[in-house]
Amino acid sequence: MNDWTRHLKQQVTLGAMNRREFMGRAAAAGIAAASAGTLFSTAAEAQEPKRGGHLKLGLEGGSATDSKDPAKFLSQVMFCIGRCWGDMLVESHPTTGAAVPSLAESWEPSADASTWTFKIRKGVKFHDGKEMTVQDVVKTLQRHTDAKSESGALGVVKSIKEIKADGDNVVLTLTEGNADLPLLLTDYHLVIQPNGGYDDPFASIGTGPYKLLTFEPGVRATLERNKDDWRSDRGYVDSIEIINMNDATARVAALSSGQVHFINRVDPKTVNLLKRAPTVEILSTSGRGHYVFIMHCDKAPFDNNDLRMALKYAMDRETMVQKILGGYGKVGNDFPINSTYALFPEGIEQRVYDPDKAAFHYKKSGHSGSVLLRTSDVAFPGAVDAAVLYQESCKKAGIAIDIKREPGDGYWSNVWNVQPFSTSYWGGRPTQDQMYSTAYLSTADWNDTRFRRPDFDKLLLQARAELDEAKRKDMYRTMAMMVRDEGGLILPMFNDFVNASSKKVKGYVHDIGNDMSNGYVATRVWLDA
Amino acid sequence: MAAAPNPAGPVDPLAAGETSLVSLSDAGLAAPHSSASARGPWRRFLQRSPLAALVIQRLALSIALLFAVSIMIFGGIEALPGDFATTYLGQSATPQAVANIRADLGLDRPVTTRYVEWLGGALQGDFGTSWASRNSVSEQIGKRLGNSLFLAFFAALISIPLAVGLGMLAVQYRNRLPDKIINVVSLAAISLPEFFVGYLLIMVFAVQYGVATFPATVFDGMGFFDRLSAIALPVATLVLVVLAHMMRMTRAAILNVMSSAYVETAELKGLSAFRIIARHAAPNAVAPVVNVIALNLAYLVVGVVVVEVVFVYPGMGQYMVDAVTVRDMPVVQACGLIFAAFYIFLNMAADLIAIVANPRLRHPR
Repeated sequence: MNDWTRHLKQQVTLGAMNRREFMGRAAAAGIAAASAGTLFSTAAEAQEPKRGGHLKLGLEGGSATDSKDPAKFLSQVMFCIGRCWGDMLVESHPTTGAAVPSLAESWEPSADASTWTFKIRKGVKFHDGKEMTVQDVVKTLQRHTDAKSESGALGVVKSIKEIKADGDNVVLTLTEGNADLPLLLTDYHLVIQPNGGYDDPFASIGTGPYKLLTFEPGVRATLERNKDDWRSDRGYVDSIEIINMNDATARVAALSSGQVHFINRVDPKTVNLLKRAPTVEILSTSGRGHYVFIMHCDKAPFDNNDLRMALKYAMDRETMVQKILGGYGKVGNDFPINSTYALFPEGIEQRVYDPDKAAFHYKKSGHSGSVLLRTSDVAFPGAVDAAVLYQESCKKAGIAIDIKREPGDGYWSNVWNVQPFSTSYWGGRPTQDQMYSTAYLSTADWNDTRFRRPDFDKLLLQARAELDEAKRKDMYRTMAMMVRDEGGLILPMFNDFVNASSKKVKGYVHDIGNDMSNGYVATRVWLDA
Repeated sequence: MAAAPNPAGPVDPLAAGETSLVSLSDAGLAAPHSSASARGPWRRFLQRSPLAALVIQRLALSIALLFAVSIMIFGGIEALPGDFATTYLGQSATPQAVANIRADLGLDRPVTTRYVEWLGGALQGDFGTSWASRNSVSEQIGKRLGNSLFLAFFAALISIPLAVGLGMLAVQYRNRLPDKIINVVSLAAISLPEFFVGYLLIMVFAVQYGVATFPATVFDGMGFFDRLSAIALPVATLVLVVLAHMMRMTRAAILNVMSSAYVETAELKGLSAFRIIARHAAPNAVAPVVNVIALNLAYLVVGVVVVEVVFVYPGMGQYMVDAVTVRDMPVVQACGLIFAAFYIFLNMAADLIAIVANPRLRHPR
């Protein structure tokens, strides 16, 4: 047995790695799946999921304005609560990001990916004892897409033109081909409700592993296990208590004093201090969110690609990740996609800080004088510091940057997407297609770099309807290169999701889909006494 | 806003009590004379029962003031960038969803129509439902206000007697060691920001020794004693924050009175120390002290959002901040009116107590 497998085994024994991760990494090390499985079970004998216990989470992001209606879910707290009591049609795989069955057993696209048939699971019961039917699914999707929809998922599912029941199947017809449709249905707003929630959107009755007992918006929620859950590989703890804690220090204090088992959004500035606490484990997962510096490609002086290239080469990405994210992040490569997306184009050369190349392009651009960068700490945590760091790294390339600090209130309406050069943040999207369509399509409202290229738009629409994954990946590579080498985006870093738990919490799954194990944290972990 | 209903104005703890007494009798009771036609009967009424007159006058003023506050809040929310539909949907907003929410809530109608509609409901005691959570505003506020008052009550119960007691003790031992210790400690407590005091208490009592309950979240169905134990740390923080202000005012006011000629006369007449303080000094020292207590009480109810956040306590402050963030107008309005009403009520109570305690104020010159 080599050192690597010994290390993996040890990780399992320590509870630092679960079965999925173990299999993934063992496979990467070239160990056959069967033998890896045996390895895991011997190492993990003491790590079989335990049932029972009361799990307490201290979460940031809830507010007194939170609504129980899944269509209006917005905060991190509602995201997590919704995942506990409800199921979507489809889930995404925690490590590959591929679509995996949930309430839909299987699905089949038409050749042009514009008509999709979803086979709905049978024998699944809602919390009120009624059986979930195809009709409930149809109604749910209708409520999120109809003319009166106020749903947060409307942007994701608006291309659904027609929803039809067909025996045990639901048939969705789209306005255009979309190979990503199953992934879009993993959106956390699209919880399947009895009669689609038309009768009572606030009832919080679903098919999930937990039933919502009490809920005070912005304060606290309690849930108890659904004994009739249709799945046995989740819902290990008996009851869950979610406390709304919007103060970072309060969350850390609650975790280190043992009052809660899990907290989200650990401040990167203090994470290394928290790490020293003997009872605490830091859970850091790669995410899709990215901190960006955006230039308008159609406004002087940024309409000159040499100036844009100069400003890209003048970005010291490694330093940014270390200083602004405390090391809890990954460097970016000036296109908005990273390896957490399905069909990520690997092998694109990493752009690094190069003052000489920056100076070369700067000279070539013919620009003189300073460049004005607008920023505010609401753009992303540490944005003003990041701007100052950038100013320094630009200076070494002979580029002068002026920093203007803008007021936080109104930054998103007065500066972002208005001024030609500013700092900003993007939260990532479920698919590459969604990310590019939201911010890089010529006609997109939020095309905040004013990147307008007809050939890019054409490629985006082509890729959307392409069912052949190899071809599609190739198209995404071409698109990434266009944005990277000609766009107005400087992307120094992707931030990790940094959560922390008590060492009693076992089985945490690092899910690339979204924060807090893609919202499923409470349904996936168990408590070790 | 705070100064308008309170003619005495915010009282400087270091200033002598006399100035506020003068301004109280001048501005507070002389104001209604501006109406020339009502001068005769009003003046007679004023002289016969000045307390009742003051209450009536203040109540009338407060109604006008609350009305003005509601217009200001409404205008303020309108002036903020973004309306409810866009801020609530945030990054997942699509033009269609935004339009649907606007139509649903009637945000597409003119400002004045919406204000008049809201006012009509509010006058009938109906504050409507929260736009965001679609819960009844009155019901939600009932819970949150109850929590805020619970916290404020216990903080006041400890801090007021403690502050007045320590103030008297400081006078007793003026310029000697106990006075100096009280002064230094209370100054230190007031100089530290409240969140810092809160974090210190959490670190020592919750994390280090694990004797206190944290977080201080209270919820439906929680027993009375559990609640008491939950609010121990926030109450301690609030006591430390408000103590110094009231203590120093008590000390300054009593010292000021004690150095006046008539107290000296009383001493020379051979009256006992207790009789001098209770019968002669206290009535003149009460007014400024009560004013400071009223301001601090108001702070305990409406101004403790930072303490609420640090201790994860579900009070009014956090509720209002959440509502402002998404421009949830019915909630912001209701919170704003309740806060204004508290300020008005507490200041009125302070003035009444001052007048009851000091007969000179009952008969304006």
